[in-house]
Amino acid sequence: MLADALLLQLGYNATLVAIGAGLLGVASGVAGTFLFLRKRALVSDAISHATLPGVGLAFVVMVAMGGEGRSLFGLLLGAGVSAAIGLLCVHWLTRRTRLGEDAAIGAVLSVFFGFGVVMLTVIQTMNAGRQAGLEGFLLGSTAGMLRSDAILLAVSAAAVLALVLILRRPLALAAFDPGYAEATGWSLPRIDLAMMGIVLVVTVVGLKVVGLILIVALLIVPAVTARFWTERADHVVIIAGVVGGLSGYVGAAVSATAPALPTGPIVVLVGFGIFLFSLLFSPRRGVLASVLTHLRYQRRVHVRQGLLALAQGQPIYEALTQRLLTRAGLILPDGVPTAEGQAAASKALLDETRWAIVRGDQAYALAATRYDGLTPIETVLTPDQLFEIDAKISAPEVVA
Amino acid sequence: MGAEFVALSLPPMVIGVLVAIACALPGNFLLLRRQALIGDAISHVVLPGIVVAFLLTGLVATGPMLLGAAGAAVIAVVAIEAVRRLGRIESGAAMGVIFTAMFAGGVLLLEQSDTSNVHLDVEHALYGNLESLIWLDATGWASLLDPVALAGLPVELSRMVLALIVIALFLWLFWRPLALSTFDEDFARGLGIRTGPLGLALVIMSAIAAVAAFDAVGSIIVIAMFICPPAAARMMTNRLGHQVAWSCLFAALAAVLGYVLAGYGPLWIGAGASVSAAGMIATVSGIILGVAAVAGPHRTRNS
Repeated sequence: MLADALLLQLGYNATLVAIGAGLLGVASGVAGTFLFLRKRALVSDAISHATLPGVGLAFVVMVAMGGEGRSLFGLLLGAGVSAAIGLLCVHWLTRRTRLGEDAAIGAVLSVFFGFGVVMLTVIQTMNAGRQAGLEGFLLGSTAGMLRSDAILLAVSAAAVLALVLILRRPLALAAFDPGYAEATGWSLPRIDLAMMGIVLVVTVVGLKVVGLILIVALLIVPAVTARFWTERADHVVIIAGVVGGLSGYVGAAVSATAPALPTGPIVVLVGFGIFLFSLLFSPRRGVLASVLTHLRYQRRVHVRQGLLALAQGQPIYEALTQRLLTRAGLILPDGVPTAEGQAAASKALLDETRWAIVRGDQAYALAATRYDGLTPIETVLTPDQLFEIDAKISAPEVVA
Repeated sequence: MGAEFVALSLPPMVIGVLVAIACALPGNFLLLRRQALIGDAISHVVLPGIVVAFLLTGLVATGPMLLGAAGAAVIAVVAIEAVRRLGRIESGAAMGVIFTAMFAGGVLLLEQSDTSNVHLDVEHALYGNLESLIWLDATGWASLLDPVALAGLPVELSRMVLALIVIALFLWLFWRPLALSTFDEDFARGLGIRTGPLGLALVIMSAIAAVAAFDAVGSIIVIAMFICPPAAARMMTNRLGHQVAWSCLFAALAAVLGYVLAGYGPLWIGAGASVSAAGMIATVSGIILGVAAVAGPHRTRNS
């Protein structure tokens, strides 16, 4: 069943929905990256919650005009209008009053959502129209979608993706280097406006798939995940698109296999799974990688300190140091250094002595900054310089 | 009016006011510390906590659910902090990742488990059910002095009173260090105040408010009350004490006005049934904020 779903064998509608969700995921992953890099990720939460009153009002208007109120296009249009009003409110509160953006987001989010809930209860008491399905906008539901709605979803998702791709250059410029963008003649406020516009469209298209409570995840999670895998700006955008597309596609396909699997939560959890994997196992910034780096560093420090102790004829009591040195064949189990151990120890002591001189000499100030107690001095200074330093080592000893 | 009002409208209205004030109090400090969205995150993660508690104990009881919700709130705060530090991600994005994932997990658990015979669903978690908190033992205003009838008050009322007392006590005891660390964290640290644990304690107080309120009124009111009354109060004054007082006033006003408009408003305009009280209270708090943002004496950054 799952394999069928992933291979698009569950019928025409499910196929359209899965493809649409995949395209939407790519678009939101890319758009979300710009949002994330501008540090405005949570603005999308306000936008998405602000769609609810629009959905309700659109339904009421359509019923009042004699329709059934189920036209997805009409509902999404209403959602877009009220989301835009919500976005303007966030903007106005942040610019014109002393409130921070976080407070403005929270206020708009809760008030618009509260008003939306009022609209939903008003609709429940209306006898006209077919109200079933409006709750689907909260958590996303693609089960039992009409053919025309599925087509609308797939087409608009493709359109959003195209829009994002067309505008990717100015967006990337503003996200990665706002100063340069302004210097080259782009207007930052205008780019931000375009970015918010794209986020708004992504949100509205995603309402039916992911639902308004969770759509923010589709914008944030791919971007955050991508940051773990690369430091390069253009790669972040691509990886985020892939992660978003994968979450959308797999989520929609899995959700199509059973009626009790709402689409939104599945899409979000698939994305979160990829995020968690990246957090733990990504090669450069992952948790596992940092733990390994730390352990390696710890071992080097222990070995170095052990060797210095050996060179000065001091006994080693520390268990980890003993174990590391024994395992490397530098000391015997009773603590006596082997021939190799003696060589390594004298080398370490020489290294340390040379460093001491370098750090005490103004002429080597630059090289001295490289001292961390571990770096062999040969990797920093040239043989000629070392020769000079060695001359200074022996001199005082002769006098003494 | 009398008997019916005391039995049907007074308890929800009082609970609404208590919830509003309990959330607005810590909300003042969250707002000033630019952590306003913590309330948003906490109220989302309460759902998985409650669902897990239900699945473990198999019953819809207050104790386990509150514990589950509080546990989820703490896990969320720790997880947000962990993601922020481990991944070097800004806190807004870290928050967005964690609370959406936990909420999604809660919804999925709820849909997958058999909860058809108990009153536990996503809509309830979002809107709550303020209107259902009625006091059947009341026969009129005299019941307020009748111990037998008072025993029949909804349990949510006593729970909210308790939560409000805990929160008010916390703010009263730690007022100075909280104020100092909110406005100038470095200075507070210089004075020897441990700002880290203090900040965490504030978040835990917010979680207590959110969790206690959640069951009665749902998460929309909780988020709205964390942010809107303090934000409106911020436009009215530059003094912290005055701001907290204004925010309590606005919160209570929103609760009463919202409840009345939701319950009686539709009747006035000739419609049949009432609308969601939780939604209406949030809406009214937004209107109050809007008025304050347009006309408040200290609405701009340099006033």
